[in-house]
Amino acid sequence: MKVPYSWLTDWVEVPWAARELGSRLTMAGFELEALEAAAPPFSGVTVAEIVSVQRHPQADKLQVCRVSTGQGEALQIVCGASNARAGLKAALAVVGAKLPADLEIKAAKLRGVDSFGMLASAKELGLAESSTGILELPADAPVGRPLREYLGLDDSVLDLNVTPNRGDAMSIIGIAREVAALTNRKLSGPPTERVAHALPDTFPVHLDAPAACPKFVGSVIRGVNSRATTPMWMRERLRRAGMRSINPVVDVTNYVMLELGQPMHAYDMAKLRGEIRVRLAREGEPITLLDGRTIEARSDVLLITDREGPVGLAGIMGGSRTGVSAETTDVFLEVAYFAPEAIVGRSRRWGLVTDASQRFERGVDPTGQERALERATALLRGIAGGESGPVTRTHSEKHEPRRNPVTLRRTQLERLLGLSLEAERVTRTLEALQMRVAPIAQGWQVTPPAHRFDIAIEADLIEEVARLAGYEAIPEVDAVAPQRFRKLPEARPPEHVVLEALAMRGYQECVTLAFVDPALQQRLFPDRTGIALSNPIASDLSVMRVSLWPGLLRAALENQRRQQDSIRLFKHGARFVLDDTGTREIDTLSGVACGPRLPEQWGVPREMRAPADFYDVKGDIESLLVATGARDSFTFEAVSLPCLHPGRAARLLRQGHEVGWIGELHPALVRELDFTYVPVLFEMDIEPALTVERPAYREISRFPQVRRDLAVVVDESVTLSALAERVVLSASNLLRDLRIFDVYRGPGVEAGRKSVALGLIFQDISRTLTDDDVERLIASVVAELRVSFNARIRE
Amino acid sequence: MQGVIEARRAELERAETDLKLAAGRIDVTLPGRGEEHGGLHPVTKARLRIETLFRRAGFEVAAGPEIEDDFHNFEALNIPPDHPARALHDTFYFPDGRLLRTHTSPVQVRALLEHGAPIALIAPGRVYRCDSDMTHSPMFHQLEGLVVDETISFANMKAVLHGFLREFFERDLGMRLRPSYFPFTEPSAEVDMSCVFCDGKGCRTCKFSGWLEISGCGMVHPNVLQASGVDAERYTGYAFGMGIDRLAMLRYGVNDLRLFFENDLRFLRQFRTF
Repeated sequence: MKVPYSWLTDWVEVPWAARELGSRLTMAGFELEALEAAAPPFSGVTVAEIVSVQRHPQADKLQVCRVSTGQGEALQIVCGASNARAGLKAALAVVGAKLPADLEIKAAKLRGVDSFGMLASAKELGLAESSTGILELPADAPVGRPLREYLGLDDSVLDLNVTPNRGDAMSIIGIAREVAALTNRKLSGPPTERVAHALPDTFPVHLDAPAACPKFVGSVIRGVNSRATTPMWMRERLRRAGMRSINPVVDVTNYVMLELGQPMHAYDMAKLRGEIRVRLAREGEPITLLDGRTIEARSDVLLITDREGPVGLAGIMGGSRTGVSAETTDVFLEVAYFAPEAIVGRSRRWGLVTDASQRFERGVDPTGQERALERATALLRGIAGGESGPVTRTHSEKHEPRRNPVTLRRTQLERLLGLSLEAERVTRTLEALQMRVAPIAQGWQVTPPAHRFDIAIEADLIEEVARLAGYEAIPEVDAVAPQRFRKLPEARPPEHVVLEALAMRGYQECVTLAFVDPALQQRLFPDRTGIALSNPIASDLSVMRVSLWPGLLRAALENQRRQQDSIRLFKHGARFVLDDTGTREIDTLSGVACGPRLPEQWGVPREMRAPADFYDVKGDIESLLVATGARDSFTFEAVSLPCLHPGRAARLLRQGHEVGWIGELHPALVRELDFTYVPVLFEMDIEPALTVERPAYREISRFPQVRRDLAVVVDESVTLSALAERVVLSASNLLRDLRIFDVYRGPGVEAGRKSVALGLIFQDISRTLTDDDVERLIASVVAELRVSFNARIRE
Repeated sequence: MQGVIEARRAELERAETDLKLAAGRIDVTLPGRGEEHGGLHPVTKARLRIETLFRRAGFEVAAGPEIEDDFHNFEALNIPPDHPARALHDTFYFPDGRLLRTHTSPVQVRALLEHGAPIALIAPGRVYRCDSDMTHSPMFHQLEGLVVDETISFANMKAVLHGFLREFFERDLGMRLRPSYFPFTEPSAEVDMSCVFCDGKGCRTCKFSGWLEISGCGMVHPNVLQASGVDAERYTGYAFGMGIDRLAMLRYGVNDLRLFFENDLRFLRQFRTF
């Protein structure tokens, strides 16, 4: 909210300069977001009077004015504005004046005529975004007075952030109340002018929804001159508070709203039919608003209606049919109290957040309507003339909000804040906020004023006390906590250890968004259902990821575009799976490798600079699997996934349960996405895949181990895991280790077959194995492989 | 005689060794062989550091779902439908009425419902708001803190926040709390710390105020305790929320939030430290 400093000082004496006031208010909960000058710096501009105006002899659009500054001879000024006329008081920038935007005024010759200054427009002075013609000052403006002084432009505007619970502070008087409480000063304010209401006219009002609108105050004003000019001081205040001047009627209602926080609405009496009825809308009931839009109300929306239908969306915006215009002479002023529950949320449905709706939905002082109406009537009649009728109040007393007393216990105040305050100080603080305070045995019984909607429980009062005492008054105290041991399940690997293990293998962690491009995801996972957002920020970020791969592939592509050649990325996060049990968020670890196996370097064979393939990434995964202490419980099984190369993809099983996937991106996708190198992807569900089995010591044999190598020729279709399984089964428990040290195809091996070189390591725990023992074991393995795989043993 | 021969043999052996050593000389300045290691994302680094600090101070680390329901994200946190605070949340919704959590505060509710009081936890995690510009990402990282016990006060909260900031930044930073409003705490406060770039003297980063807004906090609202099944007369507590991305930016001098989400290897590799 924009609060002009000078306006505030009408209401309370401020002992601080604007910046200091801003920091005091910040520390009281009203954050100073910006401190602006009421006008940009300029100098050499004075109030002047145009004495005479003549046509420029050489230019149709220019006039030659004689302008008096009250001293010396009148100055000759050439001016292009059509509103320059004899008798007008205007702002004259004399020779040497410095205007905003680095404009310096010099004596000049315009089409052959000397000009000793410039008659300035509001825009040239930085007082408006745009303006037509020169600034017109009131007839009583004192000639010769510096303009800054006359308009009080050396003023500051505090832009304060008012939190949503403090509707009462969305006004000059509201901020003034805070300042008064902070400074222990009295709220002053302009005198409430009691104007005589000479007219007998009233307008009938009925409240059909008294819970939503318990109070409606109105009055009739006739004979208003809507073409009157709003006085300079009021236009200036509106401008500084961020509002445009429109016409006297609208300006006055806005002015009073800014000052007292009470929104009001003016109807053109000539267009209002019969009576006003405040009621809930019928479902779909249309209303055309002041801004020209037609909306369809719903049954929880409060309407102001007359005999012909809706004339306003209560507390939000008036209707166009009965709005005031320059022709309006008779107005009916509405000053109502609408319950916050009846307004809140409605305006946002149509994107109609207005000054009125913001105040009503936060709570407007339910006792302030009469005062606001009196103030508006006095101001309007002063500006635009007319006669007013009596103030009529239609209300439903039982629906008007009451402030209930709240108990504040001394013990709870101290317990919650960790600060003890003298009772007298607590009382003083609350009273400074216009609360009624009665001492009771445990502390205080406090009744908040009508305008405070945010005080309902004890904690609310404690905040008020703390706020005004200053949070800085509360000490920092360490809490005393028992020394309790917490669970540390060894089966769960510490997150940072897993992440760092991958990092040490060359992978860089990245952060990708949880919503992805549905087209890419669909292309990768046609058989999985992603959960779609109702209101995505962009169509290519509209579906929750079912895998971390779409995001990783995007990140890899971006880096390829940035000329990175060896890309290793990984990501830890949730993927969102929709199945018959509902939505599951699965803690997932995924990665992508793309580009040379090793970074460019000296002294490594060329094949080590080849692009990473399936086995490089498999090795990275295996390094994690080994760290689970249960490497043997995992198997890799060829699998066909739509997004992976059909011959280069596997799923990872742990004791037969699927826990992950690995594979090279499908060649079609490599082409479509325009990858230079084939990305190799992996993904695993952390919880089942990386659960750790606690190591259990097994005795280490003191006896020598014996190694025998076998070259086994089998069909291509025989997988290594099938082969190994048979070897392990047939070799007895004396087999300590099985190594695969070569896979060979070529001369000496029939087409369609391969030779696998196995290293078998035997050892016994209780004795040295003899040659015979080993020969027997090897014979058993060979026999098994012959039977199972039709294997040939290469010599 | 024997001694002379032995001496001569030793001398020859030494000469031979010297010759071998001379021939085996390598250029020790050539780079070592193998692969370059990667590293963790700076936001993860900051998060892990935060977790460690809080764990050491006796806090547990908790987590919760990212797809939430209205009850945990709003209702239980004293934000009924149509509450003006909802407008500030820019919530992503799903057609069935569920939503992407807009803050990590629902973890408070879940933890209290599950474990009850006393409790001391932090909950770091991803949160979502439909807002994207220079200084906002639609997904960002937040840290929630919650302490509930029989004698927990605002003064305790101040001590924890100040202690955390001091240890996270390894500097004795100024801190101030100023009144604010959150529906789920009362009293509520915004936490400012003195600007790490100018030491509070005023610079562009702190908009010449000398202060950086770093956290929102307050004493848990009795309605929240009650909605979470905790006796609000017996227990009091505090809660706070902070932006992990912002803490990481300040700690590592990153001046543009978007860098965290662009995954540029040239950026990420700058954080390959232990």
